[in-house]
Amino acid sequence: MRILLVILRKEFQQIMRNPSILRIIFMMPAVQLLILPLAADYEVKNVNLTVVDQDHSTYSQLLLNKLSASDYFIIQDVADNYDAAMVDIEKDVSDIILTIPPHFERDLIREDEAKLSLAVNAVNGAKGNIGASYAANIINEYNQEIRKTWFTMPEFNPVPIIDITYSNWYNDGMSYTLFMVPGILVILLTLVGSFLSALNIVHEKEVGTIEQINVSPIKKYQFILGKLIPFWLIGFVVLTIGLLIARFVYGIIPAGNMGLIYLFAAVFLFALLGIGLLVSTIAESQQQAMFISFFFMMIFILMGGLYTSIDSMPQWAQVITWFNPVKYFIEVMRMIVMKDSSLADISHNLLVIGIMAVIFNTWAVLLYRKRV
Amino acid sequence: MQQFWVFVRKEFYHIFRDKKSLLIIFALPIAQMLIFGFALTNEIKNTQIGILDNANDEASLNLIAQLDASKYFEISNTFTNPDEIDAAFKADKIKLAIVIPPNFKSELAHNNSARIQLLADATDPNTATTLEVYASAVIRDYQNTINNNFKLPYSISTEIRMLYNPQLKGAYLFVPGVMGMILLLISAMMTSISIVREKELNTMEIILASPLKPMILILSKAVPYMVISLINVSTILLISVTLLDLPINGSIWLVFGVCFLFITTALSLGLMISNITDSQQTAMFISLMGLMLPTLILSGFMFPIENMPVPMQVLSNIVPTKWFFIIIKDVMIKGLGFSSVWREILILAGMTAFFLIISWKKFKMRLA
Repeated sequence: MRILLVILRKEFQQIMRNPSILRIIFMMPAVQLLILPLAADYEVKNVNLTVVDQDHSTYSQLLLNKLSASDYFIIQDVADNYDAAMVDIEKDVSDIILTIPPHFERDLIREDEAKLSLAVNAVNGAKGNIGASYAANIINEYNQEIRKTWFTMPEFNPVPIIDITYSNWYNDGMSYTLFMVPGILVILLTLVGSFLSALNIVHEKEVGTIEQINVSPIKKYQFILGKLIPFWLIGFVVLTIGLLIARFVYGIIPAGNMGLIYLFAAVFLFALLGIGLLVSTIAESQQQAMFISFFFMMIFILMGGLYTSIDSMPQWAQVITWFNPVKYFIEVMRMIVMKDSSLADISHNLLVIGIMAVIFNTWAVLLYRKRV
Repeated sequence: MQQFWVFVRKEFYHIFRDKKSLLIIFALPIAQMLIFGFALTNEIKNTQIGILDNANDEASLNLIAQLDASKYFEISNTFTNPDEIDAAFKADKIKLAIVIPPNFKSELAHNNSARIQLLADATDPNTATTLEVYASAVIRDYQNTINNNFKLPYSISTEIRMLYNPQLKGAYLFVPGVMGMILLLISAMMTSISIVREKELNTMEIILASPLKPMILILSKAVPYMVISLINVSTILLISVTLLDLPINGSIWLVFGVCFLFITTALSLGLMISNITDSQQTAMFISLMGLMLPTLILSGFMFPIENMPVPMQVLSNIVPTKWFFIIIKDVMIKGLGFSSVWREILILAGMTAFFLIISWKKFKMRLA
């Protein structure tokens, strides 16, 4: 025990002695958490339209009014023909071209049917699809209004019509910050946790001080614990700073129990630091350690379910995510912060992350050789 | 000039002597492109949904069969009472629940109307909206089949065409984005420690004592990494086109030229970091932690830039990957030429010059 305390003191002194690193450890996550969630918003709004109106009728004007009155659409440009409108799509000025063909009004009234066409920029397929379905909805409403002016709708629907109602649970205002801030916090914690510890032992290898430790009577597990605990504590400070920012800047008050977040974070950090230590026992130089942790970090972050949904991934990729600690923490954060889930709800995640923690740390201890 | 090549050779020796690192540098982008190219997508596929069928009649069973048959959904839970829905959401089992009212069939047959409720787990608002849109489309299809496509008078039919990406593949968006991110980070990380490592290992003194000019020294550091990065660009492009089905609708030479410019930008960024930091750890921290999330979030492939608040839109301009992403998207997918992307190219070139000048100004001829 006393040996451990001595090692801890050494580690803390080493960390404190380098203020520029310390500043980065605490500042960088805080700054990123203050800025990035504001940008992380998928919601499809402000869909830009270019209109090719070849009819120039009262009805086409009515449709345009209706579109621009909605919250979603902005009519950016009115073009004479489709080719001219295409230039807007190429320049990314517009997302959708709406073409109103000649005789639109006449066809609608005389022939009982008229056509409109939407050409959607689908480089971002999901966004294009949602934009198109918004537009189709508005056109439908418009259609219904016109129909009513020409004929009295029967009191009952002439054909079966299914009415669909929507309700969005846990997030009435569909707020993105509520979703993103806890997620980004987990990612920042991951970066700090695994990367720092990964660099640490390699640094001792590179500078050569590891030899002194190797010849001392320090046991392997004591050495690893000594490396682990300081970063574990730093992780908690980063988490607390992050939660304070979430509380006071974004006004996010977890619906569930704060204690659960800390409980999970304690195990999570332990697992993460284990991964870092594992990397640093394998890597020969700091550069290697950096590239290896970069590789895993990208996988952890991009496949954690924060940015793209895990359900849409191919099966083999979903299997990879089972081994992703970040995925489990993001899930837990979301469950506790938004859904008020209980310890029983998160017990599965806690168990998995606990097993990971034990495996990675044991592995790191076993791999660490007291030889150079 | 000869001095320059001597130094380039020295750097090459340094790099090629460390086989393990070299292997990592080459294998890493390949593995990442393969994993992310396939895994990252915003398409909706096989999302697990739950159904509370209060009717249990022919109509509701048909509708459920139709939902289950669509590639978007997979019915994983069937509920018997509303309380179970909340529990399933809380345990993260489903993302969407569909509630079918009692007497669904007879309501439809006699009153010609019935109400279906869609309940979404909106902790992720984006997925929630998308799922609602897709589920509604399936329900509308079902409605049209029972109506035998009956048409009301005064109907407007809307024909929708998806340009560039008719199958709405996620890859068209994510592959260019991931490409930019990997290239930027790997290139910047490689050079970011190049100079600071010499400082840390005390070999800097020897170099400073030589008659070499700072700019030449800085550039000679970049050349070997440039060669490595070019090899990485080629493998990444090859993977994108052959395995990930990304089209090259524009000029392949323009794509290569832009990639070349972009890695130069990234390498210069790394050099700048290396010149303004005093330890490898700080340099790595800045190049990995400082670059990773901002390039991910602000480059426009994850989150459309036009959705961001104005200050964020302005901020996104300093992210090199944003410009790279725009160019690659325009040239490879939309098939546009140089005349459409020269502005973005100019911006990248300007950034490169800026990074190099800062590196040069900050380079210290003396050790502190």
